[in-house]
Amino acid sequence: MSEQVETSSPRIWVFIEQEDGQPHPVSWELLGAAQRLANDLPGSVVEGVLLGHNVAGVAPQAFQYGAKRVYLIDDPILEFYRTMPYGMGISKLITKYKPEIFLFGATTLGRDLAGMIATHMRTGLTADCTELAIDPKQKILAATRPTFGGNLMATILCRQHRPQMATVRPRVLPMPDPIPDATGEIIREALDMNESDIPLRRLRLIPSEAKVNIEYADVIVAGGRGLGGPHGFKLLGELADALGGVVGASRPAVDAGWMDYEHQVGQTGKTVRPKLYIAAGISGAVQHTVGMSGTDFILAINSDPRAPIFQMANASIVGDLYEVIPELIKQVKGMRNGH
Amino acid sequence: MHSVVAIKQVPDTTNVRINPETGTLIRDGVPTIINPYDIHAVEMAVRLKEQFGGTVTVITMGPPKAAEALIECVEQGADRGILISDRRFGAADTLATSYVLAHAIEAIRAEHPVDLLLFGKQAIDGDTGQVGPGVATRLNVPLVSYAIAVESFDPVKRRAVIHRKIEQGVEVVEVSLPLLMTVEKEIAPVKRAPLSNMIKAATYKPEMWSADTPVQFDITQVGIKGSPTIVGKAFTPPPREAGAILSVAEKGLRDAVAQALTMIGQAHVVTVDLHV
Ligand SMILES: Cc1cc2nc3c(=O)[nH]c(=O)nc-3n(C[C@H](O)[C@H](O)[C@H](O)COP(=O)(O)OP(=O)(O)OC[C@H]3O[C@@H](n4cnc5c(N)ncnc54)[C@H](O)[C@@H]3O)c2cc1C
Ligand SMILES: Nc1ncnc2c1ncn2[C@@H]1O[C@H](COP(=O)(O)O)[C@@H](O)[C@H]1O
Repeated sequence: MSEQVETSSPRIWVFIEQEDGQPHPVSWELLGAAQRLANDLPGSVVEGVLLGHNVAGVAPQAFQYGAKRVYLIDDPILEFYRTMPYGMGISKLITKYKPEIFLFGATTLGRDLAGMIATHMRTGLTADCTELAIDPKQKILAATRPTFGGNLMATILCRQHRPQMATVRPRVLPMPDPIPDATGEIIREALDMNESDIPLRRLRLIPSEAKVNIEYADVIVAGGRGLGGPHGFKLLGELADALGGVVGASRPAVDAGWMDYEHQVGQTGKTVRPKLYIAAGISGAVQHTVGMSGTDFILAINSDPRAPIFQMANASIVGDLYEVIPELIKQVKGMRNGH
Repeated sequence: MHSVVAIKQVPDTTNVRINPETGTLIRDGVPTIINPYDIHAVEMAVRLKEQFGGTVTVITMGPPKAAEALIECVEQGADRGILISDRRFGAADTLATSYVLAHAIEAIRAEHPVDLLLFGKQAIDGDTGQVGPGVATRLNVPLVSYAIAVESFDPVKRRAVIHRKIEQGVEVVEVSLPLLMTVEKEIAPVKRAPLSNMIKAATYKPEMWSADTPVQFDITQVGIKGSPTIVGKAFTPPPREAGAILSVAEKGLRDAVAQALTMIGQAHVVTVDLHV
């Protein structure tokens, strides 16, 4: 049934990550990036790869975000993510359709899966890219990623092996606008596996209690060691509430137990891309700023006029955050009340 | 019960230098530590040994200096340390690294069957988290990544129940042995090593393996040759531009804050109307 798919044009594939039929938005960010790559790779086509059980309903969204086709493996074995059946299923697709480029979200699922597939296919995989481009001369993927704690950017190439694989963290790339009436073709493939072949099963899932999703917040009010203690986060929470945002934290604030790890921004925390990032009592170490440099507007508050964060902030207030934050709360609330 | 732990020696500081020609790390003069996650992997193996008896083998691929990391693991309770070191292994990407480790583990398990393979969730220098999944794939053993707790482990019935941290929460999986786990720090807090370990470690000499002895590695699959990815170029990230500096001392609190809010309002970034 899939013989009509032409094999001549280079395929740029995006793994459409979903849990319980809920697509992960990083899939759409990747489709946006894939489209930009396709523009620089003449004749190429952007396609999605979707695995799960009863998940065909996700495909129309993939079309709206730019996939021309979705390869779908729908099987009860794929109800929950497991490395082996997902990896084997996708490897089979790769062998059959030979994509040039294959992109995954650098989520726990995506990293686990991409690591397996790249090894199985004996090809290169570049992790946690911040930029994807087509090398103009060689017409291959140029995947740029921070290394050594963000001190250096390296552009990685995979010349001879296919597919050229990369993972990208959520929020590193911009979210494209969907095209409401875009359609595409679904190509179904079989998994051909038995449950008894799989050495692992899910017993249960303990959902995380606090559902803070700082990755997709528009406004983040973040605090660091300069807060001096957990009480400072109450104040930041008040400002975040007034702005309709959430609270973020630097690593020392998390390590000290002032905030949960879920709120940590940076290299070992989350990457965020809010419209507004307020950094209070954060010095601006590169391991922190790699996680928030995609912000539209950064307001930094620090008592030290030489704080490195001031070199990247759009506006900086030199002062004691315990004076500045209450005043910010007061003025923001005042504005909302129309004074 | 036999566990094999893969550990990596990594630079201690993030202020490391890069060879601009090869795009690889200049290791000379940089202080090194055991990758922080890997220490917890060793601790987990030691705990299981305390419970079930058996052996903990620690392996690393790296320069001769990495022998000291293995000695530290013996201090922590490991029984055997193997350093896989050869110039030809240099500049390996994750595919080549996973080949060397998997091939070494195959040789180890041929002599002494392995129940559990432990890896860190990622190395703090490369930050890829690909080597553990790669080795599991090559050895065709089940992979449990991002493990945070071992609920039960039964070397006789050959099954384990493991908690892993995923985006939605904590997933509890049942898995058959042997398996490969990549671990978060929570898996096992590191305890102080007993004196007897220290004494053993003081004279311990790790085994040295090269590319051809005692095990023959396929030279086409190691080092630069075995690495599909290459560093095209390396550069420092372009800085963002600095904006206005508003000093509370100079402008007064009210004006400094009001001006900042006006600038945010003019940038049209938030829906809350910040225009005065
Ligand atoms: C491998 C690695 C990974 C890392 N990952 C991360 C990560 O993911 N996220 C992260 O954040 N860090 C990370 N770090 C740590 C990072 O290097 C910095 O140490 C950290 O970001 C500093 O946090 P901070 O700015 O809160 O603290 P500090 O650097 O101590 O800065 C505190 C600031 O508060 C200011 N201040 C103090 N009192 C006040 C006051 N009353 N009012 C206003 N300002 C005040 C001070 O002037 C200072 O600038 C990592 C480090 C390594 C080595
Ligand atoms: N050279 C190496 N020698 C031994 N183990 C390694 C090596 N490189 C990576 N590992 C293991 O693989 C894990 C993940 O590393 P990485 O995929 O590089 O982030 C580490 O925590 C180690 O357990």
